[in-house]
Amino acid sequence: MCTTCGCGGADAKVEGENHGAQHHHHHHTHDHHHHTHDHHHHHDHDHDHDHDHDHDHHVDGNGDLHFGNGLGGTHVPGLSQARIVQIEQDILSKNDHLAWHNRDDLSRTGVLALNLVSSPGSGKTTLLARTAQDIADRCPVAVIEGDQQTALDADRIRETGARAIQVNTGKGCHLDADMVRRAIGQLKPEEGSVLFIENVGNLVCPAGFDLGEAAKVVILSVTEGEDKPLKYPDMFRAAKYMILNKADLLPYVPFDLDTCVDYARRVNPTIQVITLSALTGEGMQAWYDVIEAERRQLKVRLEAGE
Amino acid sequence: MHEMALAESVVQIVDEQAHKAGSDHIAVVWLEIGELSHVEPDAMRFCFEAVAHGTRAQGARLEIDRTPGRAWCHNCASQVHVTTLIAPCPNCGGFQLQVTGGEDMRVKEMEVT
Repeated sequence: MCTTCGCGGADAKVEGENHGAQHHHHHHTHDHHHHTHDHHHHHDHDHDHDHDHDHDHHVDGNGDLHFGNGLGGTHVPGLSQARIVQIEQDILSKNDHLAWHNRDDLSRTGVLALNLVSSPGSGKTTLLARTAQDIADRCPVAVIEGDQQTALDADRIRETGARAIQVNTGKGCHLDADMVRRAIGQLKPEEGSVLFIENVGNLVCPAGFDLGEAAKVVILSVTEGEDKPLKYPDMFRAAKYMILNKADLLPYVPFDLDTCVDYARRVNPTIQVITLSALTGEGMQAWYDVIEAERRQLKVRLEAGE
Repeated sequence: MHEMALAESVVQIVDEQAHKAGSDHIAVVWLEIGELSHVEPDAMRFCFEAVAHGTRAQGARLEIDRTPGRAWCHNCASQVHVTTLIAPCPNCGGFQLQVTGGEDMRVKEMEVT
């Protein structure tokens, strides 16, 4: 188990997914190897290289013998030679590759995907439920809900009339591109819709995992400390937007809004800030304007054939 | 960010590569982890050992090279070395920093026997 938060990766469950769908997942993962240039390269290289050693005779295709390919460039009788295999592969290359596919598939169908990240209890689901209701007359809304357990959040979203699917990550503390890919396969968001991906409540782990979203939106409530952008800089740096939620409580809590924005801009000078209350509706229009602006940008990119 | 998932990726990568190299045992794995990346080296070591169990990487030594964090300071227009995302520019104390390096997380190479 991880010393940070104890995640495992293998027991994620996507609502409504049957065994066949999981099989498809494996198939896709396999496909990945054929797409990645680096991988191909290494495969070819390693294979050729290994062939010289693996048969114990150190013989190449011409029957010549090679004993000098070991670490020290020499041969020691009776000892197998340790070899260095060059890899040069990004640790997240598989995730990033799947995210690329997600982004490609989504933008092709004009679906705007926003990845909502925050600590637990910041009001993400309340924000989403209200948003889903308020923008339903402008565009279809679909939601992927990530939690370790239960389908409570997806149920809450479905009550608003929006389509939602729950992804339970089991011991996992973040969504990854493969989970989202499988969820998109189940959800099949309509053309031109907005897809909200509510990540697992966690300000650390989801920061580095690209899901194929157009932008990450970090949500911080004013009942939390204004120093969170400094405590969890990776997340605030990864986000394009910061929503300061529960603004109706500002008169009652010692939260310094300007200091918080200043801290967020220290780690991310270009972060855009929206202050709102998902409960009272105050400030929500600015959030809807952001969604509209992102949809327009996506449309422009789509028309430009990007 | 979560080192367990990353360690699983590392083990998957080196295990596949060892298989292709016709080796059953990986002795050493070299990673390149930037100072500004999402990885805590000690947590990565701990997780690597746990997830390597039962694979070709079981018992392998993990060597982590730290690449320095680099940023461009818009305030004083210079390339600077930073070790965290929240540190000010060491020259002028400003925070208008754009990270230009040290975010990498790569499996560089491995030694197989």
